[in-house]
Amino acid sequence: MKGEASMVTLTIDGRTVQAEEGAMVLDVATENGIFIPTLCAHESVTPYGACRLCLVEVKTANGRERLVTSCLYPVEEGLEVTTDSEKIIRNRQTIIDLLLARCPESTVIQDMARKLGVEESSYPLEDHGNCILCALCVRACQEVVGVSAISLVNRGVEREMAIPFFDDSTACIACGSCSYICPTNAISMEDSDGIRTIRMPNNVTEFEMVPCKVCGNYWMPQKQVEYISKTTGIEPEFFDTCTNCRD
Amino acid sequence: MTMEAEQVREKVGSILDKYERNEGMLVSILQDTQAALGYLAREALLEVSAGLEVPLSQVYSVATFFRAFSLKPRGRHLIDVCLGTACHVRGAVGILDAIERETEIKQGDTSEDMRFSLETVNCVGACALGPIVIIDGKYEGEMKIDKVKPLLASYE
Repeated sequence: MKGEASMVTLTIDGRTVQAEEGAMVLDVATENGIFIPTLCAHESVTPYGACRLCLVEVKTANGRERLVTSCLYPVEEGLEVTTDSEKIIRNRQTIIDLLLARCPESTVIQDMARKLGVEESSYPLEDHGNCILCALCVRACQEVVGVSAISLVNRGVEREMAIPFFDDSTACIACGSCSYICPTNAISMEDSDGIRTIRMPNNVTEFEMVPCKVCGNYWMPQKQVEYISKTTGIEPEFFDTCTNCRD
Repeated sequence: MTMEAEQVREKVGSILDKYERNEGMLVSILQDTQAALGYLAREALLEVSAGLEVPLSQVYSVATFFRAFSLKPRGRHLIDVCLGTACHVRGAVGILDAIERETEIKQGDTSEDMRFSLETVNCVGACALGPIVIIDGKYEGEMKIDKVKPLLASYE
């Protein structure tokens, strides 16, 4: 981009706000203290529009009205955004109702449903674990970590988050970013006795960790050490001492 | 049916060269690979991933997304049963049942003797001929349950 980004003026729930051209409605609303619920948006990765909870109504300057996912809708001059109309509340309830039917055990979904006014799902409950297929893990692994060890596989009702062939964790460096970023705790990570165990909806993988030569605590997965030294050129020996024991 | 890893690597290598190892041609490369091998062998996907420098997870994601791709070896003859709306109302489900009984395989599977693979499709654009079954690309229109047995018998 050349020079300063141009600014546009829009309204959100009747409030006039200024925003940089190209910014997404969700981010602009959040910056201005206007809450829009979402599960799959994260500042570290590109927006994806998977969870659909951030639906808002927009009316463009030439009068076109529609429902859009605010995480993927760029601001424009004269845009009128409504985040809490009757219609949006109804639509969000349907969405969270479906998510609750998919992941009835997820406390995150349960809490979100309650906040949106849905006490229990009106659909038959399913047993998919806690994964809502929002691909936050996939995006983090690709865009932040840079290894793309996981992806969404298959199609339609059979769509799942998985490692290649459901058994090949070669690319995974055991960093646990997928677990940290997962909004519904569908991926868990546990360190115990020098082994890091990452539990994904479709497989469990164990990774060896390296101990700190000072305190003896296992503090980092071996494969993560290898990956970081390969990409940064830092000697693997640098990771012999944990961050707590360094001067 | 399953090929030696070395052969797979060679075939995939020449397909990759044909597309100048352009990652944008991933789907075409997988299509050619499937045509050459009959299915997308695990070894082939590893080779495509390495050759294009595209993460294996992404190659696997694409390979599992399209119905046209099969990650399991396919039989000598591919049976596609149309379950589109028009064929469905004309009794396609009964035809599918009959074929499943006759071949002793379920949709999506391949018979142990590698004679047939059975799949379903949702409309092939020949609704006037429904219910329709396609074997090795040959369209068999106005299928009836009692036509299933003689039809399959003509494929060795």
